[in-house]
Amino acid sequence: MNRIDAKFKELKEKGVPAFIPFITAGDPDLDATRKLILEFDRRGADMIELGVPYSDPIADGPVIQSSYYRALSSGIKFSDILDLVRDIRKESEIPIVSMISQSILFKYGHKEFVKSAINAGLDGATIPDLPIEEAEGIIETGELEDFKIACFIAPTTTDDRVDLIVKKSQGFLYYISVVGITGSKNELNKVITTNIQKIKKATRLPVALGFGISTPEQARIAGRVADGVIVGSAIVREIEKHIDQDCSALVNEVGAFVGELVTSTKNQN
Amino acid sequence: MKTITDNNMNIAEAFYGQNVPDKSGHFGEYGGKFVPETLMPALEQLEREYLIAKDDPKFNEELKYYLSEYVGRPSPLYYARRLTEKLNGPKIYLKREDLNHTGAHKINNTMGQVLLAIRMGKKRIIAETGAGQHGVATATAAAMFGLECDVYMGEEDIRRQSLNVFRMKLLGANVVPVKTGSRTLKDATNEALRDWMSSVVNTHYIIGSVVGPHPYPVMVRDFQIVIGQEMREQIQSAEGRLPDYIIACVGGGSNAIGAFYPFIDDKDVKLIGVEAGGLGYDVGQHASTLSSGEKGVLHGSLSYVLQDDDGQTSPVHSISAGLDYPGVGPEHSYLKDIHRADYVSVTDDEAVDAFSMCARLEGIIPALEASHAIAYMVKFAPTVDKDKIIVLNLSGSGDKDSFEVAGKLGIDL
Ligand SMILES: Cc1ncc(COP(=O)(O)O)c(C=O)c1O
Repeated sequence: MNRIDAKFKELKEKGVPAFIPFITAGDPDLDATRKLILEFDRRGADMIELGVPYSDPIADGPVIQSSYYRALSSGIKFSDILDLVRDIRKESEIPIVSMISQSILFKYGHKEFVKSAINAGLDGATIPDLPIEEAEGIIETGELEDFKIACFIAPTTTDDRVDLIVKKSQGFLYYISVVGITGSKNELNKVITTNIQKIKKATRLPVALGFGISTPEQARIAGRVADGVIVGSAIVREIEKHIDQDCSALVNEVGAFVGELVTSTKNQN
Repeated sequence: MKTITDNNMNIAEAFYGQNVPDKSGHFGEYGGKFVPETLMPALEQLEREYLIAKDDPKFNEELKYYLSEYVGRPSPLYYARRLTEKLNGPKIYLKREDLNHTGAHKINNTMGQVLLAIRMGKKRIIAETGAGQHGVATATAAAMFGLECDVYMGEEDIRRQSLNVFRMKLLGANVVPVKTGSRTLKDATNEALRDWMSSVVNTHYIIGSVVGPHPYPVMVRDFQIVIGQEMREQIQSAEGRLPDYIIACVGGGSNAIGAFYPFIDDKDVKLIGVEAGGLGYDVGQHASTLSSGEKGVLHGSLSYVLQDDDGQTSPVHSISAGLDYPGVGPEHSYLKDIHRADYVSVTDDEAVDAFSMCARLEGIIPALEASHAIAYMVKFAPTVDKDKIIVLNLSGSGDKDSFEVAGKLGIDL
């Protein structure tokens, strides 16, 4: 079974949400990324969202964009990132879903991309600039190879698009909460709650909530309705903060932050 | 004067074949929508509203009114006698888009899109700009209709187009400096798209060229084909026939497609797009996307792109900020592949020579962008028979480029 499916199944049985940290491959360098992922695994993260740096991202905020520039300044290629995953697989079975721009994916072609990604040990991909209408090819290839192409739903997504997306998405659904998730009383925004409940009625796929979650408390609140909680910018900002320290200090500091996020997400009582 | 409803919008169907572009904006394999899910509803709304507006006589009346009374259309088609004599080839006509209000063709598009934004009830306008011409045109239209306006502009472009930055500010727009990446047009486009993702509810994004996700390439083209429509009538009345060649510079490709499109079905009219050859052929030295790029995805559509093997955008260079862009409109990629238009490039130096030549021979200071088209014509015209006719789209005025060219010529202003 695909590692993503297996993980969500296991967590469903336990009745706890998944915690999914995002980091950019190669930020600040590939060795640090490897150590960070292993550390996140050790600290109880359930899955990794691994960003493939791209020169002209439009779907990501400024914090993640800066991390892409840091990573690309060392000249890393997608093939280096595949080698990184291959290395990690020697030590860890944590599910890894790549986040990759269609600009990069298009260069490889979807068949070649899926083949080499599986070969390296990746379990799936999210493609933030590929709406469902343009995604047929990659989704078909993914289905054939049991490689999960997880699709996005936004608060602005219309009902008929939601229907289309839940039918096609694989592994999980990625709900993007663009405007932040908590209201004044630190309760989950009502629109998001209703939307996620609506989505869950329409599909058995797990729904992960991401974008704009930055504190352990917010992660816990998100975990109340969502099956998975994704934190990106806050972790990348933490990396940025400790970037001048040596690698093991950086891994420790960022690992501790992820540890807090894990604990808080899982503590739903 | 004609606007969208009067134009036969199916003009190119016979040539392109049916279903080009298809309903989701694909010209063959090019075009489409490659944007985050967050933007999809906004693009769908825009497309819906645009399709209604374009067939609404009221919208067209209004657009026509502003294009004639405010922009000053139709722009003249001027017989360039001294250029013709100097190059000793075909008769040369210049389509004077530099005489439009704000000094370039860009305002044809911003007028249309601002009227559309008002129809959609959007109170805020954002735009990206390279040379600043599109930014000025957007700020102008926004000022005239009392809309809030933020223009994203790369720091490098702010430096080399300081005059336009000042103009935008005078017009009440907020110029947002972009410090990421190469600090030029492509980065300004990223930032504008990102702004739009979190502001779609009250904001309309006016893209300045025939690039970006569907419906922009089609919509911006439709707002620019007034150029070619007028050319057609004007050359018919001046010469009693269509031209043999149409030459236009290509950055994103909006002035070129505006000039080309009404002639697409006339196979005897050769269409030539001129890109920025910069300093030479090496990566990072030029911005000749169609001449030396490959298929790829950038800023929401599939088209020719200058990028490396890994899909990362390559650095580009042009002396002209309006051509300094690693992408190009999907319709041009299609026109290239079906061999309906040819794309060539000229260097920075050739463009600067043409800039001076046009000024001295015709008393017209052309934009550096348009100077690229002129530079190609300077090489090409002497090889063509005298009984032929060239129409060159002079997309804008070179007032904005005085500092840049003076610097290049070693003169301190
Ligand atoms: C005068 C002028 N011509 C041409 C261009 C290039 O754009 P496009 O290829 O869309 O016409 C610009 C862009 O700023 C411009 O200002």
